[in-house]
Amino acid sequence: MSDSTQIGGFVPRDRDWQPDAITPPYKTSIKRSPQAALLSFPSTLSEETSPVFGHNLIGKLDNDLIHNYAQAGESAIGPRIIVHGRVLDEMGRPVPGALLEVWQANAGGRYRHKKESYLAALDPNFGGCGRVITSADGSYEFRTIQPGPYPWPNGMNDWRPAHIHFSVFGHGFAQRLITQMYFEGDPHIKLCPIVGALKSAEAVDALTALLDMHRTVPMDSRAYKFDIVLRGRRQTSFENRKEGL
Amino acid sequence: MTQNLSYLKESPSQTAGPYVHIGCTPNFAGIKAYGGDLGATMKTGAVRGQEITLKGAVFDGTGTPLRDAMIEIWQPDAAGLFASANETRGQADPNFSGWGRSAGDPVTGEFTFETVKPGAVPFPDGRMQAPHITVWIVARGINIGLQTRVYFADEPDANAQDPILIRIEHQNRIPTLLAEKTGDAQYRFDIHLQGPNETIFFDI
Repeated sequence: MSDSTQIGGFVPRDRDWQPDAITPPYKTSIKRSPQAALLSFPSTLSEETSPVFGHNLIGKLDNDLIHNYAQAGESAIGPRIIVHGRVLDEMGRPVPGALLEVWQANAGGRYRHKKESYLAALDPNFGGCGRVITSADGSYEFRTIQPGPYPWPNGMNDWRPAHIHFSVFGHGFAQRLITQMYFEGDPHIKLCPIVGALKSAEAVDALTALLDMHRTVPMDSRAYKFDIVLRGRRQTSFENRKEGL
Repeated sequence: MTQNLSYLKESPSQTAGPYVHIGCTPNFAGIKAYGGDLGATMKTGAVRGQEITLKGAVFDGTGTPLRDAMIEIWQPDAAGLFASANETRGQADPNFSGWGRSAGDPVTGEFTFETVKPGAVPFPDGRMQAPHITVWIVARGINIGLQTRVYFADEPDANAQDPILIRIEHQNRIPTLLAEKTGDAQYRFDIHLQGPNETIFFDI
């Protein structure tokens, strides 16, 4: 992992590929989006360094959402799935030691959160949070219940596709990313104003996990594969220019 | 075609949504997990340098505080060293993580970080940057995390030399990046997402 942790500036984020701040069909974005242009600078040590989360942070059940909130001998209700993939950078290099935090609704689309009032029931054995740190090759996996779609107060009849939220730390704070994973074939994907913030079908595909029968455990859990790409890091040559940016 | 730049595309961002706390600060959300929320404490013992309290809130374009945001900060220790695997300049304060996370107060949205005043860190060309803290904000309605910096109003000399601040075209917006001293070791930094006092956000 020596070359992937080497100090080097980050490749600029492709803002034509990333969602814009203001996407009016997603109503909350209207008053929560900056109107001035972002101020661009090449990355400095403040963005090229990042906190370290050791593997000893992770408890035995942290990556098992089926059991990490369940009473002894019980398990959460719903379709059992494994979610796995790799965290890579834009150069295709693995990102080992990356902390992933995930959260989601239960099988009925209900979140365990005090501000959530959807009438679908809570599952007493499902909390909805998990975390995992990537291995030396950038791989990760966790198991959970496939979340259900849920309604939200945006349009008169808007429903989120089934999704799992991901928060990702890389090796530089400039790589910090929060995103959402969708499930292959969900007809809600193309109706959703939050997915609609993405500017291309390719960007939607990049967040759509594929059913992975190779990793499915027969008579136990289906599997979905979801790779995550973080910003790439340049090599260190020519860093010490005396003039200009 | 024969030639092809086979780089991958960064995963697209999506909003953290209103329930970000379930995943990132589950204890705050009422879900007892992990024996405590990550980033709730930045100090694990006696720290070097000046201990400070940084408070503030995030406001939308109508002036309403966000009560469902998550704010993270990342900074060096008092000597300007990061507690990072890729810090090559020396050993950072072992009792200081440099990273903090706050959900804000559920009623007022006010966030609080108990931290230390950061030391100066060099720019890539060797000039020193003024002491600053990197801030990252996510929330419902924010499609991609917003990055800004806290500088300190009581560091006018360093700020006047900062390689980033001096290159900002609209110098009248610089006060939006300055934390004001509100008391002994107390600073306030309010963030305005939109409007006349809009905070400067960076693409770094």
